[in-house]
Amino acid sequence: MTVDRFAANTFARRGVPLIDGIEKVTGRARYTADLDHADALVGRILRSPVSHGDIVRLDVSKARALPGVVAVITGEDCPHTYGVLPVAMNEYPLARDRVRYRGEPIAAVAAIDAETAEHALSLIELEINKLPAYYTSEEARVPGATLLHDNKPGNLEREVHHEFGDWREGFATADLVREESISCAEINHAQIEPHACLMDYDPLTGRLTVQSVSQVGYYLHLMLARCLDMDTSRIRVIKPFIGGGFGARVEPLNFEIVTALLARAAAGKVLMKLSREETFITHRARPQTDIKLRLGMCRDGRITACACEVVQRGGAYAGYGIITILYAGALLQGLYDIPAIKYDGYRVYANLPPCGAMRGHGGVNTRHAFECLMDRMARDLGLDPFAVRRANLLHAPTRTLNDLMVNSYGLAECLDRVEKASGWRDRIGKLPDGKGLGMACSHYVSGAAKPIHWTGEPHAVVNVRLDFDGGITALTGAAEIGQGSSTMVAIAVSETLGVALDRVTVVAGDSAVTPKDNGAYSSRITFMVGNAAIDAARRLKAILTEAAARKLEARPEDVEAAGEVFRVGSGEQSSLPFADVVKAALVDRGAITVSGSFTCPPEAQGGKHKGGAVGSTMGFSYAAQVVEVSVDDATGMVTVDKVWTALDCGHAINPLAVEGQVQGSVWMGMGQALCEETRYLDGLPAHGSFLEYRMPTIAESPPIEVHIVESHDPYGPFGAKEASEGALAGFPPALVNAIANAIGIDLNEIPVTPDRVMDALIARRRQARLAETVRAAS
Amino acid sequence: MHALNPQPRKRLLRLTLNGRPREDAVADGVLLVDYLREVAQLTGVKTGCDGGECGACTVLVDGEAVPSCITLAVRCEDRSVETIEGLAAQGRPTQLQRAFHEKLGTQCGFCTPGMIMAAESLLRRNPTPTEAEIRTALSGNLCRCTGYEKIIESVQAAARATS
Repeated sequence: MTVDRFAANTFARRGVPLIDGIEKVTGRARYTADLDHADALVGRILRSPVSHGDIVRLDVSKARALPGVVAVITGEDCPHTYGVLPVAMNEYPLARDRVRYRGEPIAAVAAIDAETAEHALSLIELEINKLPAYYTSEEARVPGATLLHDNKPGNLEREVHHEFGDWREGFATADLVREESISCAEINHAQIEPHACLMDYDPLTGRLTVQSVSQVGYYLHLMLARCLDMDTSRIRVIKPFIGGGFGARVEPLNFEIVTALLARAAAGKVLMKLSREETFITHRARPQTDIKLRLGMCRDGRITACACEVVQRGGAYAGYGIITILYAGALLQGLYDIPAIKYDGYRVYANLPPCGAMRGHGGVNTRHAFECLMDRMARDLGLDPFAVRRANLLHAPTRTLNDLMVNSYGLAECLDRVEKASGWRDRIGKLPDGKGLGMACSHYVSGAAKPIHWTGEPHAVVNVRLDFDGGITALTGAAEIGQGSSTMVAIAVSETLGVALDRVTVVAGDSAVTPKDNGAYSSRITFMVGNAAIDAARRLKAILTEAAARKLEARPEDVEAAGEVFRVGSGEQSSLPFADVVKAALVDRGAITVSGSFTCPPEAQGGKHKGGAVGSTMGFSYAAQVVEVSVDDATGMVTVDKVWTALDCGHAINPLAVEGQVQGSVWMGMGQALCEETRYLDGLPAHGSFLEYRMPTIAESPPIEVHIVESHDPYGPFGAKEASEGALAGFPPALVNAIANAIGIDLNEIPVTPDRVMDALIARRRQARLAETVRAAS
Repeated sequence: MHALNPQPRKRLLRLTLNGRPREDAVADGVLLVDYLREVAQLTGVKTGCDGGECGACTVLVDGEAVPSCITLAVRCEDRSVETIEGLAAQGRPTQLQRAFHEKLGTQCGFCTPGMIMAAESLLRRNPTPTEAEIRTALSGNLCRCTGYEKIIESVQAAARATS
């Protein structure tokens, strides 16, 4: 990778609308529920009415006998567990013997219409012996508590204990040591498209065609083969348009496997559309988290040590949990230069729907605690919040204590940009009562350097084909879910080849056609798939250049390609239009398909300690942001007036998309900080609608000013890193720090709903009155 | 095989759909969203929630933006219903649709048809809305991708282009 890594990305500098945008704005885009399902049966799922218990009787005979019912399945029909992590598959698509959360699938029906399917569910007879159920980490961890999983004592899915550097010495030499306990509520991805899938089983050929909302068709493919005892070659997974993911659809989900089982039992096609409430239950989102964080700091703001204990309430099954609890510790590092770290993580089972990966996976809540505490210590030491961050910057290239690579680092510039744009120096401390400014930093990986399924294959493969028509087709398994992944691939290919963007068609996500890809998670696509796309395009370019050289009677190294013309020098005679180059290249060999790939080398794959691969990446994105708030001390209502964000994404391959991703991620952080929260009443979701699960509407969403910082990563495609997650984690602490600046109260729980703010205000008034009374009496 | 319940009584629904007169036999209890998606095959109309929460199903009834998931189809008798599919004429997207495309007012695109129809209704009655008026008009439409900034820019760009 040399010169053209930076030089080639030229016309994309202005930003390019998404290549599939017209289909979306005209309503032509087909999402899963929009696919032709005229001859499909309707699937419905019977869910557990209790949080924890043993199934003692399950009789589906009446449902089976109902006219119009084609198939009824139960846990008997699938003896295999599934899960996203090969080491932690402890969930059945339909419960067998035991249910562990309210809403867990128990049986499923395929019928000729929805009314019949729903009536059939009501005919299923179910008896469950209730067991004690736990809805908090604390209850679940009480000694003697009933175990959710017999092989997991203490209801602990995973404990992590990591120590790097001499943290005792670090605290001993600190000028200030402070500890805070901070809690973050469970939140949900709440993508607007409800879960859905269309499964088509052909009994004549024994083949299953899958169309679903998955962000990672490959994982779904593997789990369907496992749970249906099918050869992977008999399954085809196709990705329709997808209405948002944010991590909700990385794990293969129970309804997908259930529907496939139904389709096979019914020997046909089954459409399963989950309700919004069911989509909330099938969530895999960010867990409720309790954090105890201690930092040591010198007078100049230098951090001397960090000790962090994290407890995550993971829900009833393993899911992604082990990775989430490892991320929470690993991502304490990579942002600042910290000489010593102690991390203790506990992932706890509870009788609630399982959590999983959500945008900023694992890192968001610990980052929140860290940035809040850092700000408070800055205040204790009389230091400016920006100065404290600047005192702890890394210097790339470097490796962190836990052996993560930091190859490019634009945080210093991010800080400069938002400090200036927000007018911080002139405004901090000078705003009227009830108004405040707060800031924070954050980072995220550009793809996990070690994949979950370690097969020895490259991290990404892209095929590019060229035929007589001159059309270039890029084939990728990368899941376009609205983030602009296919557009990024098209830009990478067109820029590398020097052809127009609209000459490139991207076919994404069809296992019969596109190369396997690890999908849309951990912000891996730009970095990994982008590099693979460039690699494939270079290989095609070499073939074209050679053909052009033959025609132009020149040496290949003297041929330049740009603007769909291949030329030697500047003369009119010595140039060849693209169409002629294609003709020349196809002589003798015919249609061309090249394959490009990208692999993270072993030295990028993290430390040798247990769990050391988590957090490893070829490139971290970096972000800083300033948030301006108004707090109404009569109602406790917090209003975000404005946000200034700077993100170091290495290089913006498509600045328009980068801006959109940064705004979206900052806004999602705002939802978590301000108002989003799941609530369960005895395990029953009390948040199962968009009226109860409160996301910010357009009315309360502030302007988000985006500054793009380009640190030119040495390994990124055109120097690029991720742009979709890094800025999210900075918002919650920047908000809480801004509230502290506005009203002088440090809040230790998010979301900062009006009731929480009011409680804090009332407590302060009461304390002030008490102090006054004591003073008067003495 | 036969269905559980006898077919509910249907009546003839006459309406104008995307500018064309149309007649269909529709049961009284059928929601407008189901009529549009299942009978008229207009799948640009989306269902994002369990009823009246997200705005993804927004269509125009006599020019007014309504959530089709809490509107009965039979209530549209003799009225004009417009969906996202009816906006583009001869395959040419409107200024509003182009603005959502060019300004990235759409990411995953699932809320987009409803969002555009709500904005269309606004621009027809108020071709030069203020930012506050845009926010008010779209406050029933949820988007999970954009943070709304570029949606506002899209509506503003369309207003500028058409005024």
